Amino acid sequence: MSILINKETKVIVQGITGATGLFHTKQAVEYGTNIVGGVTPGKGGTEVEGIPVFDTVSQAVEATGANASVIYVPPPFAADAIMEATDAGVELVITITEGIPVTDMIKVKRYLEGKNTRLIGPNCPGVITPEECKIGIMPGYIHKKGHVGVVSRSGTLTYEAVHQLSTEGIGQSSAVGIGGDPVNGTNFIDVLKLFNEDEDTYAVIMIGEIGGTAEEEAAEWIKANMKKPVVGFIGGQTAPPGKRMGHAGAIISGGKGTAAEKIKTLEAAGVKVAETPAVMGETLISVLKEQGIFEKCVTHK
Amino acid sequence: MNIHEYQGKELLRNYGVAVPNGKVAYSVDEAVEAAKELGTQVSVVKAQIHAGGRGKAGGVKVAKNLDEVRTYADEILGKTLVTHQTGPEGKEVKRLLIEEGCDIKSEYYIGLVVDRATDRIVMMGSEEGGTEIEEVAENTPEKIFKEVVDPVVGLMPYQARRLAFNINIPKELVREAVKFMMGLYQVFVDKDCSIAEINPLVTTGDGKVMALDAKLNFDSNALYRQKDILEYRDLDEEDPKEIEASKFDLSYISLDGNIGCMVNGAGLAMATMDIIKHYKGDPANFLDVGGGATKEKVTEAFKIILSDENVKGIYVNIFGGIMKCDVIAEGVVAATKEVGLEIPLVVRLEGTNVDLGKKILEESGLDITAAGSMADGAEKIVSLVKA
Repeated sequence: MSILINKETKVIVQGITGATGLFHTKQAVEYGTNIVGGVTPGKGGTEVEGIPVFDTVSQAVEATGANASVIYVPPPFAADAIMEATDAGVELVITITEGIPVTDMIKVKRYLEGKNTRLIGPNCPGVITPEECKIGIMPGYIHKKGHVGVVSRSGTLTYEAVHQLSTEGIGQSSAVGIGGDPVNGTNFIDVLKLFNEDEDTYAVIMIGEIGGTAEEEAAEWIKANMKKPVVGFIGGQTAPPGKRMGHAGAIISGGKGTAAEKIKTLEAAGVKVAETPAVMGETLISVLKEQGIFEKCVTHK
Repeated sequence: MNIHEYQGKELLRNYGVAVPNGKVAYSVDEAVEAAKELGTQVSVVKAQIHAGGRGKAGGVKVAKNLDEVRTYADEILGKTLVTHQTGPEGKEVKRLLIEEGCDIKSEYYIGLVVDRATDRIVMMGSEEGGTEIEEVAENTPEKIFKEVVDPVVGLMPYQARRLAFNINIPKELVREAVKFMMGLYQVFVDKDCSIAEINPLVTTGDGKVMALDAKLNFDSNALYRQKDILEYRDLDEEDPKEIEASKFDLSYISLDGNIGCMVNGAGLAMATMDIIKHYKGDPANFLDVGGGATKEKVTEAFKIILSDENVKGIYVNIFGGIMKCDVIAEGVVAATKEVGLEIPLVVRLEGTNVDLGKKILEESGLDITAAGSMADGAEKIVSLVKA
């Protein structure tokens, strides 16, 4: 078991003929992801890497039965691409594109209301269920199959956490990047709920960063509902206020969204927070041992 | 992106939002000339810098005649203002706004932000104008009223009316206030603002509802479709290294320390600053080279780091995903050869094409300290810089 995606997931790639889309499509295919088609308007009827290309998402879904889509199209066209996939009934839309204007995302969120589509991202690394399905830009080889769920606002920091776990022989059930933008499709709580219900996930690592209050809201939810141990990390403990730290969402403004505040709230909810990014794995291991589930979580020696 | 108050007011005026008459001045003579043209008894001399808190720092003065305009303009132009938003080094005033004085009856607050909790634009209002809104939120949260905007229809007049009544705008001026709010919302969406703050919004003795100050920030992701806003950019207000970085689409922020950082991904870049601090070092910058960096981009990033005289060592921390380690390695080698390197360099590589990247660095013959992990690299650069 896993969350969101598995080896049955049929994936189409929007923006498959662009340099980024193509590179990561090849990597995904190599990883074993079931990529059934691609979409580039005007290139329908052609093939790349033996994958059929369609002009529209509806055509691609009709011909292939795809239930997931990954979006690599450039920022000015990305909101349109998300809505096109939603309209075609794709259940899971993972948007990798970085730099989508926030007003576009506000419209997208409104459009998604009442629809049957889950959006992950934008500005995220994607989702991976190790040894089954990789949708996104994460390096596949660092992941190992197992029982720890990973959810994060940051891409490369997710790789760091996964790498620390895999090095210690602790595999992952799924790793989900929710993205660093202020308006995104899926938040921490949505993913925590899925991990909570997934029988194969025994513990969760949650990686947040400064800005907004998503971590605080997640902490409240964890306190009330989470049946499994959660370990956290918050990036940006030394970031100065008023400066946007790369991600559109990572800014301390008006004294809100500081790392100290987030860490305090998480700890009050029973989440052990790693002191430095280098000890995310170690911190999880100490909690697994406390809970007596360490042995169960070691999937690779 | 930030713009000046007078530029913000110009935008607002174009949308029918009332602002006092005013002119920008770059010299004392221009300031006096502007006041003459305004022809009002009282005028206000306002320092134009990209930071709030100007009044308290002596950057806003009310002049009762042209002589006073000259005196104040002379005093403020060229002065370095230190406010709670400028940092201790302050900001030099190079432009002034000369504005007509007005007969203020009451001060209010109106602001528009993107609210993450609702994923909508929210208009906030308060009758506690002129003070920091954060203070109002802290001390008297019941005095802040909010209207959440549905993007399908935009801000509706009934919402603006409700907000106007809630913040106790006098009945006879509610219609003016609604017009003001509708115009402000339109600027926000048309121009891709990330913040639009009017503090204070004032009602005047002659029955006007006006923006006495205007703070507009713009979504940098949307500037590609806001060419007229880009024209407002004032490079004097930005760090030269940050300007250079933005030319190459690098996300760079200057900090006070002496360890230059080059990292991919914003989260990892922040975490790298954190871990350097943890080992008692001081990062000189935040630098995210991004996902699609080329060798040229990496080279430029390296040059920008080295152009900071405070930098006594560099830590490159890369976890390749979309970014390939060999591209980083080639960039590092090319940059070092081009500009020379006399300070310690620690490189930690992991992820896509890591072996290729390590090989390029090894074969370059450069004096590079390799790190096995993020912590190892941070520890090494801190001790090398202290040595």
